[in-house]
Amino acid sequence: MIRPQDLLCPKPEGLYCAPGDFYVDPVRPVGRAVITHGHGDHARAGHGAVLATEPTLDIMAERYGLGFAEAKQAAAYGEAVARDEVAVTLVPAGHVLGSAQVVVRWKGLTMVVSGDYKRRRDPTCAPFEPVAGEVFISEATFGLPVFRHPDDREEIARLLRSVAQFPERAHLVGAYALGKAQRIIALLREAGWTRPIYVHGALERLNALYRRHGVELGPLEPATTAAKKDFAGEIIVAPPSALQDRWSRRFPDPVTAFASGWMRVRARAKQRGVELPLVISDHADWDELTGTIDELRPGELWITHGREEALARWAELHGVPARALALVGYEEEGDD
Amino acid sequence: MRAFAELLDRLSLTASRNAKLTLVRDYLRDTPDPDRGWALAALTGDLSFEAAKPTFIRKAVEERMDPQLFWWSYDYVGDLAETVALVWPRRPGANREPELAEVVEGLKSASRAEVQRLIEGWLDAMDEPRERWALLKLMTRELRVGLTARLAKRAAAELGGIDPAEIEDLWHALHPPYEDLFAWLEGRSEKPSAENPGRFRPAMLAQAIDEAADFAKLDPADYAAEWKWDGIRVQLVREAGVRRLYTRTGDDISRTFPDVVDALFEDGVIDGELLVIRGGKVASFADLQQRLNRKSVDAKLTTAYPAGVRAYDLLVEGREDVRTLSFAERRKRLEAFVGRQGSAVIDLSPLQPFASWPELAALRAQPPAGDPQVAEGIMLKRWDSIYEAGRPKGPWFKWKRDPFLIDAVLMYAQRGHGKRSSFYSDYTFGVWAEDEVGGRALTPVGKAYFGFTDEELKAIDKFVRDNTVERFGPVRSVRAEPHAGLVFEVAFEGLQRSGRHRSGVAMRFPRINRIRWDKPPGEADELATLERMLAQMEGG
Repeated sequence: MIRPQDLLCPKPEGLYCAPGDFYVDPVRPVGRAVITHGHGDHARAGHGAVLATEPTLDIMAERYGLGFAEAKQAAAYGEAVARDEVAVTLVPAGHVLGSAQVVVRWKGLTMVVSGDYKRRRDPTCAPFEPVAGEVFISEATFGLPVFRHPDDREEIARLLRSVAQFPERAHLVGAYALGKAQRIIALLREAGWTRPIYVHGALERLNALYRRHGVELGPLEPATTAAKKDFAGEIIVAPPSALQDRWSRRFPDPVTAFASGWMRVRARAKQRGVELPLVISDHADWDELTGTIDELRPGELWITHGREEALARWAELHGVPARALALVGYEEEGDD
Repeated sequence: MRAFAELLDRLSLTASRNAKLTLVRDYLRDTPDPDRGWALAALTGDLSFEAAKPTFIRKAVEERMDPQLFWWSYDYVGDLAETVALVWPRRPGANREPELAEVVEGLKSASRAEVQRLIEGWLDAMDEPRERWALLKLMTRELRVGLTARLAKRAAAELGGIDPAEIEDLWHALHPPYEDLFAWLEGRSEKPSAENPGRFRPAMLAQAIDEAADFAKLDPADYAAEWKWDGIRVQLVREAGVRRLYTRTGDDISRTFPDVVDALFEDGVIDGELLVIRGGKVASFADLQQRLNRKSVDAKLTTAYPAGVRAYDLLVEGREDVRTLSFAERRKRLEAFVGRQGSAVIDLSPLQPFASWPELAALRAQPPAGDPQVAEGIMLKRWDSIYEAGRPKGPWFKWKRDPFLIDAVLMYAQRGHGKRSSFYSDYTFGVWAEDEVGGRALTPVGKAYFGFTDEELKAIDKFVRDNTVERFGPVRSVRAEPHAGLVFEVAFEGLQRSGRHRSGVAMRFPRINRIRWDKPPGEADELATLERMLAQMEGG
């Protein structure tokens, strides 16, 4: 009888598919890799052959240079690609541009690796598509009932209200360089913010890449050229590490905002000195995680990384056998 | 309720006083009656319903969800009300979100059993955790969002473009939801009447004197001098049968000081210093602290720490408001008034005669025997000054005793807040003490976060970043060895014994006086120096 663990099993390098001889998001260099999305802890340089969506390959090339792998193969969403005896299909995950779930089919067995995902609308990437399978392998970054992300439009409205309320101050929004930053910019545009948005230098190449893939970001300016007073009333987007860096001193009395699912917990905001926490995440919140399991009703749930114990308990209580894989190497804080 | 929730959320994360003012003022401007009035009452601590304890809500949540999942959540978040607000499993069928006024009126009129049901219903109706958090804070009546009642009233004053003292003066005649107040602030009606027996009158405050600039312009004959007592400023009121004791910001502390509030036999309002006075002698501020912030007071406490008022001004005598009389006239009346009360818990703050500024300076440096030795310095009041609310420039000055100074070594630095969040701006410093094995080691004696210029802050920040030994979250420990480290000259107002500090001493009002880039840490002060200072203060 075919068992799921014959098709996919956790190894120190990452989730391994023996019949197809490849790893999903390996954390060390391997011969053959399938990459779900471009965040640094999932997409690393130095593999032999890489299969990913075209935007993900682009992001990797932007980050690591064109020689990031010996061989690259792009797969369109929904296109089945053969890897030895196994059919691999990449399906939109809704996490960031190019992000994919990995659907693996072998001898009548279907397993779905969610990668990082969310279920909400995001103007910068294709929406998550549910795929039924015997085993659903889920992330659990926000796998605790405290994480309930609000409507992102309401969070953007809060930011814009603050800009109107404090016209003499700059609003400095911390957002991860890949995905979150572009989503914030796109959401601001949808909310009617037409002024130039100032961006930290670390975001420029990824912004350009998003634009090449057809994502509208409107007028962007480097956050370096204006005099201090000129930033009053403006919105600046920067990677989170820059918020408390000396870099931030160039702005007039900035309101520090940070767009992250972690901002749901007040102590997190206080610790980082964030004055305006924006609860906007590219990961599924508790309701999305549990709702997806309910929708798919897989025969088994495996959990790759995050807060596995709580999600596993919820699944067991709801009649879905669950197993924590305890994969290491994926950053808890890194990519949201 | 949503706008109120957003206000509380932002206030709790905002450090800047001006930004807080803007947040409250805009809320009051944009929110209709009566919601804004109830919000103002919540911010000033003037809500009157019986506070609900958050513990019942834990039971309610555990009936609705797996206790293990709740426990993991609580363990992660660390705060019960916040955890409940986040995880609350809503039951469907709840209707629209309540307005703030509905919530407050519900909490005021419901019985204790009904309150729990009401709160559960409201939690079900709210779909945003920030709102549920605000409701859970509101029901405890303690918002703890880092906003004083005074600042909240100032925001209301800004809304109407009036002097905050006018609102303070009126406050005790006003009742939530303050529709008459807002009507006046928005120019829709007359100023509400302040007639309200037993109300607080806003206090007159002194400017700090600038020794270099001010004395040359001031004639000693124009000023009365008295000692500046180290207690808390209070207003003692008896009016039409109402007796009250207020702090200088108008907080009613009558219940904490029953032994003081009954001391007046005639109607009147006295301005003075609340002190612990034993056998006619002023005790330390630490003794007074034993009496402050107590909910219940018993005879044992009032006997061990007998409180009294040292009177220095008279605002009302009988039914006559005397604030528009000169200080000289008020003082005469005060002396007669205090004499007539014959009370053991009220005495007079004596005037200190002097002929010239140098003579007064000498008295300040070496106070005469008795209570003046523990005074914080000297107060100067113009003989012809009326009693004016706020801090007018000129009529009253405070001239504090020179601070104590020690050299201490920077040990830890913590990131600041708001504008300073990119700087390491809160410093823990230590002095040398003998450790368990007879060696010489630094022991922390205090923490300071001001006293330096922006330029100096940048330089210290750089020093901290370049000399970090370890990091714990927002705190860095900094290199502090006899030949490498940074010495601060720290100024402070006094010392107290403290069980909470490892060194056994706590400083009052410490700040950085100078940065001693030149001084090797090995030459900083010893704990023994502080212990000697403490012994002298206690001896005096």
